[in-house]
Amino acid sequence: MTTNPALDAGWVDPPPRQGFFTDTSICIGCKACEVACKQWNDVPDDGMQLLGSSYDNTGALSGSTWRHVAFIEQPVPAVSLGMPKIGLPGQQSGAERTDFRWLMSSDVCKHCTHAACLDVCPTGSLFRTEFGTVVVQEDICNGCGYCVPACPFGVIDKRVGEGVKNEGIAQKCTLCYDRLHDGLTPACAQACPTQSIQFGDLDELRERAAARVEALHDSGVPSARLYGESPDDGVGGLGAFFLLLDEPEVYGLPPDPVVTTRELPQMWKKAGLAAATLLAGAIAVFAGGT
Amino acid sequence: MVPPATFTSYYGRPVLKASPWKDDIPAYLFLGGLAAGSSLLGAGADLTHRPRLRQSSRVAALAAISASMAALVHDLGKPSRFVNMLRVAKPSSPMSMGTWLLTAYGPMVGLAGVAELAPGRLGRLLAPLARPAGLVAALTAPAVASYTAVLLADTATPAWHEAYRELPFVFVGSAAAAAGGLGMLASPVAESGPAQRLAIGGALLELGMERRMERSMGLAAEALHEGKPGRLWRTAERLTALGAVTALGARRSRVLGVLSGAALLTGSACTRFAIFEAGQESARDPRYTVVPQRERVDARQG
Repeated sequence: MTTNPALDAGWVDPPPRQGFFTDTSICIGCKACEVACKQWNDVPDDGMQLLGSSYDNTGALSGSTWRHVAFIEQPVPAVSLGMPKIGLPGQQSGAERTDFRWLMSSDVCKHCTHAACLDVCPTGSLFRTEFGTVVVQEDICNGCGYCVPACPFGVIDKRVGEGVKNEGIAQKCTLCYDRLHDGLTPACAQACPTQSIQFGDLDELRERAAARVEALHDSGVPSARLYGESPDDGVGGLGAFFLLLDEPEVYGLPPDPVVTTRELPQMWKKAGLAAATLLAGAIAVFAGGT
Repeated sequence: MVPPATFTSYYGRPVLKASPWKDDIPAYLFLGGLAAGSSLLGAGADLTHRPRLRQSSRVAALAAISASMAALVHDLGKPSRFVNMLRVAKPSSPMSMGTWLLTAYGPMVGLAGVAELAPGRLGRLLAPLARPAGLVAALTAPAVASYTAVLLADTATPAWHEAYRELPFVFVGSAAAAAGGLGMLASPVAESGPAQRLAIGGALLELGMERRMERSMGLAAEALHEGKPGRLWRTAERLTALGAVTALGARRSRVLGVLSGAALLTGSACTRFAIFEAGQESARDPRYTVVPQRERVDARQG
């Protein structure tokens, strides 16, 4: 149905592309995915801080955080049940009573169809697996850090921490490459108690997601929308895509991500022109007399 | 510019990650450019019999590229694995291409530079190799000076990526200004004509392209005008303009030549640090990521 990046990377007869569909409408913010990921992948502790952002004390994806549950407490107009009005204790007179809703979403590496991290990696440490995912080979990465600013989602990062395993090396979600080889579900999806994180063949997940959005629209949740499911977006579609209940930037996701290497041919062309300009200039300054 | 619309973010946190690169990288951008420009001056001086300019340029190129290599290795998370860069050659990775470029360029600069410095028998042994090595270095030098622009632009960092059209010209201009400046500083007035012309030409190219770049970058240009990168950017502009004007008198006065050279070298370094820091800042502030992308989405949806 869609392009298979494993084929593009030279795999012969690869298995179907594997991915995640994270349905945030049923996420309950339990963080079991964060814990399961840390546990299975032996990802080191990266400190405990109170960040003052609802129940999110994880902060962001990083070299030592491969799943991150975002929590947003959002005011929404109160639904009138037609009940007699009773003042709340401590309620300011005349103040509008508002309700609020939780938005919770477990973020992860998107395993892009066109992955900038992989494109720019100068050692070949980052590679495309037969499952169509993107994985760092930790024994090859030399910590140049180029993948970090290249990622349009701010996912991959160099691992920091004195003396921790793989310190200074770029790290991120592997979609549990080791478990996939044994036919197992990635640790986060396995641990998710509500099936908010669904794992499987990407084509099948896309169909499931389309049906889920339709069901939500029919049941009165018009704000439900898919993020990253389309192969026509700026990164060729995500291997790990989402169902969101608000704009992507509310969850800390870029609204219109583009793989930076899309413009690389023009960049090389400009650099070639600039180099020619410098060479011509250098010849001219010696041709011009004393 | 229209003030940016309000935008939504997740607790004001960055969407992108700023590069983990430290001062090593902008220092390399400057030194690599200086080395490249100096290699061009050195080869030209060699072919046109300007021994003092040739000598100072070759030695400058050697010193600058040696310091560059040290900075590049030092910036790695695992410096001992530097050689892993040579496992692959990937056109999609400007850093990979740059590594191979430096692998070709560096040893040639080394040969030409060491030939100038080595005493006695070694010097005589290397002397016949100096010219061909210097010429090969000069032919690869323009690419060394310009590829670093692609290195920065080929990222999601807004102030680097959005500058991709003009940045290579800014960088080669800056390289020419720095190398020309050093040539005026280090060689006698009788031989510094080409250095003076390279310096002025480079400074004009840099200043002109910077104005164009500021207009084509959109919102990301603001990162070049605010805070620490803004101060560096303004300093770079003034020093480069001052250096170009002073260079006009460099053939009559050695003092003016030295002043001009110092201004141009400092200006070139400030340019590189300003652009580097602007990029870092543009990655840390979600405004630079969300506002232009939201505008694109809204425009598509009509």
